[in-house]
Amino acid sequence: MRVCLPAPDDNEAWRTAARGLILAGIAPDAVSWEEPGQGPGDLFAQSPAPIPPPRPDAPTVRASKAFLNLVRMALLHRAPERFDLAYRLLWRLQGQPRLAEDAADPLVRRLDQLSRPVRRDIHKMRAFLRFRSVAEPDGSERYVAWFEPDHHILRANAGFFVRRFAAMRWSILTPAGSLHWTGDVLEEGPPATRLDAPGGDPLEELWRTYYANIFNPARLKVGAMLKEMPRKYWKNMPEAALIPELIAGAQAREAAMVDLGRQEFGPAPDSLADLATGIAGCRHCAIGCNGTRAVPGEGTRRRAFMIVGEQPGDTEEMEGRPFVGPAGEVLRSQLQAAGIDPGQGWLTNAVKHFKHQPTGKRRLHQTPTAGEIDTCRWWLDRERELVAPRLILALGASAARGLIGRTASVQRERGLLARQGDTDIWLTCHPSYLLRLDGAAREAEQARFVADLRGFAQALAAVFHHPPTHSSKEEGELTS
Amino acid sequence: MSQPSVMERLGILADAAKYDASCASSGTAKRNSAGGKGLGSTEGMGICHAYAPDGRCISLLKILLTNHCIFDCHYCVNRKSSNVRRARFTPQEVADLTIAFYRRNYIEGLFLSSGIVRSSNHTMEQLIEAARILREEHEFRGYIHLKTIPEADPELVARAGLYADRVSINVELPTQAGLARLAPDKSTPVIEGAMASIGSAIVEAKDARKRFRHAPRFAPAGQSTQMIVGADQASDADIVGRSATLYSRFRLRRVYYSAFSPIPDASAVLPLQRPPLMREHRLYQSDWLMRFYGFAPHEVQQAADAGGMLPLDIDPKLAWALRFRDAFPVDVNRAPREALLRVPGLGVRAVNALLSARRQRRLRLEDVGRLTVSLTKVRPFIVTADWRPTLLVDRADLRASLAPHKARQLELFGT
Repeated sequence: MRVCLPAPDDNEAWRTAARGLILAGIAPDAVSWEEPGQGPGDLFAQSPAPIPPPRPDAPTVRASKAFLNLVRMALLHRAPERFDLAYRLLWRLQGQPRLAEDAADPLVRRLDQLSRPVRRDIHKMRAFLRFRSVAEPDGSERYVAWFEPDHHILRANAGFFVRRFAAMRWSILTPAGSLHWTGDVLEEGPPATRLDAPGGDPLEELWRTYYANIFNPARLKVGAMLKEMPRKYWKNMPEAALIPELIAGAQAREAAMVDLGRQEFGPAPDSLADLATGIAGCRHCAIGCNGTRAVPGEGTRRRAFMIVGEQPGDTEEMEGRPFVGPAGEVLRSQLQAAGIDPGQGWLTNAVKHFKHQPTGKRRLHQTPTAGEIDTCRWWLDRERELVAPRLILALGASAARGLIGRTASVQRERGLLARQGDTDIWLTCHPSYLLRLDGAAREAEQARFVADLRGFAQALAAVFHHPPTHSSKEEGELTS
Repeated sequence: MSQPSVMERLGILADAAKYDASCASSGTAKRNSAGGKGLGSTEGMGICHAYAPDGRCISLLKILLTNHCIFDCHYCVNRKSSNVRRARFTPQEVADLTIAFYRRNYIEGLFLSSGIVRSSNHTMEQLIEAARILREEHEFRGYIHLKTIPEADPELVARAGLYADRVSINVELPTQAGLARLAPDKSTPVIEGAMASIGSAIVEAKDARKRFRHAPRFAPAGQSTQMIVGADQASDADIVGRSATLYSRFRLRRVYYSAFSPIPDASAVLPLQRPPLMREHRLYQSDWLMRFYGFAPHEVQQAADAGGMLPLDIDPKLAWALRFRDAFPVDVNRAPREALLRVPGLGVRAVNALLSARRQRRLRLEDVGRLTVSLTKVRPFIVTADWRPTLLVDRADLRASLAPHKARQLELFGT
């Protein structure tokens, strides 16, 4: 018994025929299924005989929901045996109504294996089809796509594009047929070739730019890409032409980023003397390379306080000691006035070299950048570990950045700034700021500076209950 | 200074956005433009319109409105102190680009985020404006994901949810200490406060729709967040615990993990060693165990070693099974669903097929083989009508026999 279906994707015709065959009691072995273009191909062959009428005792045909779900997709597969397999399952289903739910049955599994690539093909068509815009004679736009499906999915997929692009006029051309949406009617057309579709779209250059830049070269996973977007789709996707060069350049781009970011500081120094040697040889930023000498911290260590400035100035660089210039003088005298002995703490800077601009005879101070402070923070962090202060006073925004990682605002955040573990970090302005002011403004700022120092002195007293004991002065003049 | 071309700016602002892992467009309300008005549709399952060579799905136009930023987060390529090129789009330009890409079937919609310019509120208003143009002027029915700024007014965040399918706020780092060190301008209480208010807005809107059919939807695809892995000291167990808290406290739809990766002009404060990409993968697997396999957070944590790290060479489910061998073997013909889901090598889909097939027949090993990907992996843990494994406790080499031999290769680019 030959059954000839009108179209390879006509599920309705298959269901009608299969139902008739069951009712007529014709077993699967007696049926051969044909679809257009895949039959014997003989124009003069006998046209198939009509399906015989139902047997008088035929029961109603059963088809469970699970069965219909299973074969709906499987019947769109390009494999010619799909009609036969589906009919064999329907035949057995008459005696075993729940058979389609038994995924361990070899026939059910076979049909399931046919349905999966079809589902995937439908999904990939929705994903990888690309429209190109074409100007119509009336000035409107039509969007035309060329796609090559693996299975008979074109009609089954039409609804998706209609629901999504209803207000556009579009055409989808495939080697098996074409679809044209006029804005309110879907028309079917003959098979097309790639040459019937437009060769490009000006937007594609923008899309390729997006594709190239959203890719992260530091996470190359070509296998993962190929699994979901196999090479067979690439020829119709404008962005895919970039893939080879993106892959080829990725490792070099990543290596360049890693090299730029590399900060090989070596092992952490075990002592403050080691640290002083370390900073003297540090060339991790431009300031380290400007030929000045590094200025290490000095003072009393262990359970003391720490005062952090921005960077050494002209005098400090020449003498190799922190806070010995004009600003240092202001600081030392104001600390004394607030009841703090600067000799009882540790004095240092967030940046260890002197950033300046040479102008004639004088070297003009330049503020270090955030990046330079962050680079030097590695040394400041080691220094904090070695000195282990309970309280730290940051002088100005740069010092604060070296300590807490962000550029704080002195005017808004002065006083207790942060608590890290059991270390309290206080913030006030840098004394050099006072030197740049005159008259009333200077008096006002100086008063606030003194008030900050008093607050810090009280905090010190509260932490230590009594003035710090005279511990050994450590390595006072390390660089001399 | 003249404004760079749209193409140059698109390059800069896409480059700036690629460190956000999420590109999902699934699970939102169903919409279409079949009436002939508007553009676009969402039908439940999102579509990946392309894949980049990093294996990631490209589903949305994922860009920043601007990469200028007043914040200085050390892990971020767009931080104030970074030397990257800066650019900005207007909300109108973003909307036009989205529509042009959407019409050509390049994307499912838009994922818009931004550096913080002027103020949090100003930035949030600009993000909302782009979404408003799309929804109101173009009647765009595709997917919109808006990153919200935690410091912005709750009222603005509420407006964002009316236009967007999904809203998200990144918690950025799994520990508070990590956030304080690497994102000193951000604060955990502010981030969590904003997540809580979005969470309750979502619940309220759902509730309102039960009573009034036309009540406005609020972020129907829910709320998500992202954590950077490997930039601070948090162990896998810490991260799993943090995720579990986020899922339960804020009813998040997804937590994304992003293995910290090298960025141009990196801050000196960042660690030198990047974590292996496999670590990120193991965290996603443990996330799946909690969301789909009925594992409690403490059970996933039990799969980790003494230092709280999940093994890299085997998946967390197998690690758990090897540690709790007395829970096996499981009889595939009788065991409840929850027990089957614990078997290494059985996914949700395979378990469903087993449950359905065993109503029709008594399952033999051969039947199980038809329903699973790898029988080798499953066999030591199951009992079938014709198979019973030798006692697991006797097998000291079980882990070695199940671990993939080529696991190291995956990390070829991992350091």
